[in-house]
Amino acid sequence: MSALLEVEDLEISFGALDAVRGASLEVRRGETHCLVGESGCGKSVTALAVMGLLPSNGARRAKRLAFDGKDILGLDEKGMSRLRGDRMAMIFQEPMTSLNPAYTVGSQMAEVLIRHRGASKRAALDRAAELLARVRITSPGMRLGQYPHQLSGGLRQRVMIAMALMCDPELLIADEPTTALDVTVQAQILRLLADLQKDLGLAILLITHDLGVVARTAHRVSVMYAGEVVESSPVDRLFHRPMHPYTRGLLSCVPVPGKIRRDQPLGSIPGMVPHVTRGFEGCAFRQRCPLTRPDCAGPIERRHPDPDRDYLCQIAPNEMAAP
Amino acid sequence: MTRPLIEVRDVGRVFRVRSGLLGQPKRVVAVDGVSLALMPGEVMGVVGESGCGKSTLAKIILGLLEPSEGEVLIDGRKLSGMGRRERAQLIQPVFQDPFSSLNPRRRVRDIVALPLAAQGGISSAEVKSRVDRMLERVGLDPSMGERLPAQLSGGQRQRVAIARALVMRPRIVVCDEPTSALDVSVQAQILNLLAELRREFGLSYLFISHNLAVVEHVASEVAVMYLGRIVERNDAESLFRDPRHPYTKALLASVLTPEPGLGIPETGLGETMPDPANVPPGCRFHPRCPVAIERCAQETPSTQKGDSGLVECHLAAPA
Amino acid sequence: MSRWRSWGRNWGLWLGAFIVGFTLFVAIFAPMVATQDPFAQDLSRRLVPPSWMEGGRPQHFLGTDGLGRDYFARLVYGARISMLIGIATVVTSGIIGIALGVVGGFFGGRIDDVILFTITARLSIPLILVALAVVSLVGSSLTVVVATLGLLLWDRFAVVARVATMQVRTLDYVAAAWSAGCSQPYIVMREILPNILSPLAVVATLEMALAILLEAALSFLGLGVPPPLPSWGLMIAEAKDYMFFNPWVIMVPGMSLFVLVFGINLLGDGLRDLLRTGRVA
Repeated sequence: MSALLEVEDLEISFGALDAVRGASLEVRRGETHCLVGESGCGKSVTALAVMGLLPSNGARRAKRLAFDGKDILGLDEKGMSRLRGDRMAMIFQEPMTSLNPAYTVGSQMAEVLIRHRGASKRAALDRAAELLARVRITSPGMRLGQYPHQLSGGLRQRVMIAMALMCDPELLIADEPTTALDVTVQAQILRLLADLQKDLGLAILLITHDLGVVARTAHRVSVMYAGEVVESSPVDRLFHRPMHPYTRGLLSCVPVPGKIRRDQPLGSIPGMVPHVTRGFEGCAFRQRCPLTRPDCAGPIERRHPDPDRDYLCQIAPNEMAAP
Repeated sequence: MTRPLIEVRDVGRVFRVRSGLLGQPKRVVAVDGVSLALMPGEVMGVVGESGCGKSTLAKIILGLLEPSEGEVLIDGRKLSGMGRRERAQLIQPVFQDPFSSLNPRRRVRDIVALPLAAQGGISSAEVKSRVDRMLERVGLDPSMGERLPAQLSGGQRQRVAIARALVMRPRIVVCDEPTSALDVSVQAQILNLLAELRREFGLSYLFISHNLAVVEHVASEVAVMYLGRIVERNDAESLFRDPRHPYTKALLASVLTPEPGLGIPETGLGETMPDPANVPPGCRFHPRCPVAIERCAQETPSTQKGDSGLVECHLAAPA
Repeated sequence: MSRWRSWGRNWGLWLGAFIVGFTLFVAIFAPMVATQDPFAQDLSRRLVPPSWMEGGRPQHFLGTDGLGRDYFARLVYGARISMLIGIATVVTSGIIGIALGVVGGFFGGRIDDVILFTITARLSIPLILVALAVVSLVGSSLTVVVATLGLLLWDRFAVVARVATMQVRTLDYVAAAWSAGCSQPYIVMREILPNILSPLAVVATLEMALAILLEAALSFLGLGVPPPLPSWGLMIAEAKDYMFFNPWVIMVPGMSLFVLVFGINLLGDGLRDLLRTGRVA
């Protein structure tokens, strides 16, 4: 299957700060691609850059940025805004900040369809009610007339998802959609997204810091560190045989229920993420890496242990001991 | 038998919240008839979703909030009658948000020294050496003492908060979501540090978290809270191996372990969210409970005590 | 870093600071800046125009007033009165307002209800009328003006201090200080007060500008600083009889008052922007 979203060598900078330094990824139809990393690694700005929503002091460059085979890098603001909310939609961590508190759920949802498709108010509201039911909100008619503050966090996120689906998008970008929610609600929301994907053939780019969410939802995973995609792999192989030392470190940090031995320390990554400025050379992880060696300060090779996975490290797959 | 370090006896806390200009003040039951005991050397994990009252309970145990009913005993003495200096020597907090838990206008050194300054009568040379030693112990160079909190990363700030909590050598530390605001790799560093310090200083922790994996990693005893009440309590091993209450089961089932291929669990909890301003009659969990029967809506379940734990459910027997 | 860059961008702050700093300098060193006596009358040299105008005299840079007093000297000594009134009023009202606001915000409950009532009561008092009434009852003097304005202008301090205290009080570092065993006065003075000073600094500039304007208004009405003290408001009042034929007599104190108040407000705006960006960093 061809990729719906193709990003090649994306670079994002804010003044002298390089937030993303050459990230490439592909999201295919019907597939969930997880972008995982810790705060400041550049995963959220990558999503914003794809949507053309970078703040005004941010600059983006890329070798290729294509949606459904067509270049969107050269698209002007008008063309982008026609695409946004229509063929690609985005949901955020805190739905309260992206819902307007002064309007009812119904009128905000209808607005999307009226703006993009020129639908009548009546038809748009019907569609909104249908989608609220689809995201498993009971009594959608009542909810349409409510204001965002009258809903719980989980319900608000469902409304956001329903709103994103108003124009049948092909790509859904979700930035930490469940981070602010309780675990039980998180499971419900993620299940809903997975079901919608199955029914509608959605491509989902899911941005998260939670490896549990990654393991349970992703088909493919890209691990970001200090503005680079350091490893990209199908999900099962990433967890069973992580290649990049950062991925390995990250996995060892997470307490796994059922495999926990108290009084035994968790794995951890010493040190902190370096400050990456213009002209940074070599591997950004080398100061924290247990396997570091002198050539890590030079240009780093991208290696392909299997045809569909790659990682950015000096150490070849056969030299890399099993974790 | 040894005396518990913290004993919470039937503690309740009700807030009155005014809603709107003319609205009747609502009674919000944050904590309702909670009893628990923390034995020396133990780590008591308290888990539950947002709004379950776990943070209110922590504030009551720290003496930051007065309970509406019941009492708290720290090391056998009533918290309400305890002087501030005496209390500070026994129990100290570590809070969730490392950005709001440090005074932005004071240097790290003065922040860590705060409990010593409050005791008074300690020479400045002694304060300096104790602060330096504690900074070093939590993995910070003593030269960091001259910095302001804004110049530190989230993990470093949390280390400063831990140093402040331990500089007095208290016996109990109340950790309220100490790693929730941190990145995964930093979370592991902080959890490891807390575990080392507990062994080294013989501390007992009351560890409040919504992250069950973290609680399973640190706790020896676990209490599950729902809408202000402890609905199940047991030693950690039994609780995680054999949860009795349907809510505990749902919580455990919702945890997304980093194991691919298992899919996303079905919680069976439905869409209704718990509202502390509107606690349902009967069993407070029944509107969301996947196995509720008619009786659950009418009759409040009593606390059933077993060998090691307790549970509040008509349909479950304690372990 | 970014804080220093924002200093450069903040031209208003610089301009305001310069105007206020310059006026303060002139006020403090008035005897050295103005060599002539501001009180010495010379009825033979009434209404001499400024030195650059026709009929001007080099020894009277800004000319003389209706009683032949050196206008430049009066302006410089008048800056003293304005700055003195501004600063003294801000200090008095600041102490009252901040104390009330912090106590209300910190303790909450009944105490806060009482303080909120006091603030509301104060807000319903018409400022100018009360000031006029007090001055006409007690008689006008510098002390009376400062005391009246100081006792009246604390409302904004109290409102801002109260809200800021309520916000800071709920932060975890205050809870940590409480748990550390610190006493209430310690927590208020060391943990809360330093963290609410930024918005209060902005209020202080607003109040200072207001106090200076009110003094000018009272003096203009003849109820402020008593003559022959050279207050700018008084100068404007005295000049109004001559303004049609000698417009500069009213322009000089009028413009000075405008520039000073404008400068103080620029300083306040600049401070607010600076502190806002400073908070983010």
